[in-house]
Amino acid sequence: MINKIMKNTSQINPLENEAIYIFREVAAQFEKPVLLFSGGKDSITLVRLAQKAFYPAKIPFPLMHIDTGHNFPETIAFRDRLVKELGLELIVRNVQDSIDQGKVKEESGRYASRNQLQTTTLLDAIEEFKFDACIGGARRDEEKARAKERIFSVRDDFGQWDEKNQRPELFDMLNGQIELGQNVRVFPISNWTELDVWSYIEKEKIEIPSIYFAHTRATFLRDGLIWSADDDVVYRDEDEEVIERIVRFRTVGDMSCTAAVLSEASDISSVVQEIRDSSISERGARIDDKRSEAAMEKRKQQGYF
Amino acid sequence: MDVLKIATAGSVDDGKSTLIGRLLYDTKSLTSDKLEAIKNKSQQLGYDYLDFSLATDGLVAEREQGITIDVAHIYFSTVNKSYIIADTPGHVEYTRNMVTGASTSQAAIVLIDARKGVIEQTNRHFFINNLLRIKTVIVAINKMDLVDFSEERYNEIKSEFEVLMSKRDYQDQNIKFIPVSALKGDNVVNKSENTPWYTGETLLEHLENINQKDVLNTGTPRFPVQYVIRPKTEEFHDFRGYAGKVYGGELSVGDEVVILPSQTKSKIKEIHFYNQKVQTASRRSSVLITLDDDVNISRGDMIVKANDLPVIDKQFTATISWMDSQNLASGNKYVIQHGVNKVLAKVDTIHHKINPDYSGIDQSAQVLNMNDIASVTFKLNKPIFYDAFKDHRTNGSFIIIDSKSNNTVGAGFIQ
Repeated sequence: MINKIMKNTSQINPLENEAIYIFREVAAQFEKPVLLFSGGKDSITLVRLAQKAFYPAKIPFPLMHIDTGHNFPETIAFRDRLVKELGLELIVRNVQDSIDQGKVKEESGRYASRNQLQTTTLLDAIEEFKFDACIGGARRDEEKARAKERIFSVRDDFGQWDEKNQRPELFDMLNGQIELGQNVRVFPISNWTELDVWSYIEKEKIEIPSIYFAHTRATFLRDGLIWSADDDVVYRDEDEEVIERIVRFRTVGDMSCTAAVLSEASDISSVVQEIRDSSISERGARIDDKRSEAAMEKRKQQGYF
Repeated sequence: MDVLKIATAGSVDDGKSTLIGRLLYDTKSLTSDKLEAIKNKSQQLGYDYLDFSLATDGLVAEREQGITIDVAHIYFSTVNKSYIIADTPGHVEYTRNMVTGASTSQAAIVLIDARKGVIEQTNRHFFINNLLRIKTVIVAINKMDLVDFSEERYNEIKSEFEVLMSKRDYQDQNIKFIPVSALKGDNVVNKSENTPWYTGETLLEHLENINQKDVLNTGTPRFPVQYVIRPKTEEFHDFRGYAGKVYGGELSVGDEVVILPSQTKSKIKEIHFYNQKVQTASRRSSVLITLDDDVNISRGDMIVKANDLPVIDKQFTATISWMDSQNLASGNKYVIQHGVNKVLAKVDTIHHKINPDYSGIDQSAQVLNMNDIASVTFKLNKPIFYDAFKDHRTNGSFIIIDSKSNNTVGAGFIQ
């Protein structure tokens, strides 16, 4: 028996304890929850927190990945290994299927991305499995519109977010009462910052995909951002010169909308140090938010995760 | 690392968003791309200064109207502490938002426009912080640059505020006055040269020096059972653990406990935090408890120390904050969520409403409208296990849910 005494409040991590509490509320209040898993560091952190919430029992709900088909191969390999090691159930739904069924239209041109198309695939999957709670790794510090998001955020039949009519959340009481057809998006790490997540990954020794660490990659420059050039997913003009650079990724979204940053940080402690020192926000490397200042809010109203 | 949650509130243009923006800017928490966006937008709007309120006013409607309409959460950190600011607006659903923001906070900043002094909003904000028993309140007297950094004006406002303080119910509140100019940066992070007569701490210095024991209300341990964990695996065949968060105090292995509502006695056998067994669970830790005896426990039950029981009753009187556009009237039925426990409730009596200017009470009130604060007795369909809010901030509070809309329509603090 390990006699570790959590005597002082300062020795416990309030954010971790809050997240565990939220996970348990989801399991208790909903019939069919699902954890939306992207293979990124935030959703990997969620998996660890869920393990902690239910140990020694298994996580009592499946993981679901909405696969754009444009993921980094490292992320997919990582995903499959994690699921196997933890004995979890994984559901994958493909944006390509939504395209083939004519439900969404592939974007074209130099900024083409499947990021927005995910929404349709996600909403279809929610309906297919009758999920009533979708747990995600969004954080309020990511973006201004997210700053107003609730921990339990109610979506209507069409997956829409009514930001003007949100339920007040008092103390840590979470009201998960919904009507049939509605569902709730749950954000257990709402109150974490990017640095909190990285520090947690370091402290917990959580394994994450290799693309988060410095590596050599064929890249090209556009709009001051560094894009991956070693695949067909990212549109590239012929005059956009390909150069090998030492880079890493700060977020792992779709390849077509996730830019790399120049970095020598090849292990977790140097990444944490880099985040501490850095002056560009995480979403600064996401082209989907730059489309307009209100881009995220608009996507959220439409049901985007 | 310590996390300090702070509620801010104020009226439309007393510079709250600017103050927060200034805190972010002076602590170098604004990233270069965010700062650039603020610069561009300020220029576009024709300002000759940086409008830091643009850093926090998140929703499109707000940017259009130039006001904040909901609770926004803002994060920054220093080497000592992580800060979470719940920024709440000062209009329309003002009380609802202020109560919400204050409920999750351990400290509050009340903002006063130095030109206007104490106004009804100040009164309301202070009253709510006091009602919610926020231990630390900072009164930031803002826009000092517009009153020539006058010490006399500062003292005048301070005395006006002290009149409010003399009427407060919760006397143990630590209150601190600071003269600031959020727009110019005086006494927010950096000490101002314009206020040589003020020798106290800047706003950030004060926040940095707030100790956990200055902000946390301690009481007796309460453990509401959130979820029962039964792995049914070979390794943990007969394992039955109770998951929950410890509120108000600590629980240790060997503690004699009583399970409510059955009032069965038992002892804490083990406390688990993930794959570790611990001797003591500190307050606000999310743990898993096992007991010596095989007791039938389900969600909503509560584990408490045997020598320290809460009140067990099918009715209570509470101060409630009404948050819905539909009125509350005697005889109305609602769901009350007390922690993780839900019961059906009926409004028995509306005793009185607090006057909107907090000058006194109105005993003739028949219904409650949005933003009203009132004393109400509820009758329940089954007993709950509660403490008075003044003794236990968690076990003395609840939310009211309308079972037709499923919305959270009110919050209450048990008397």
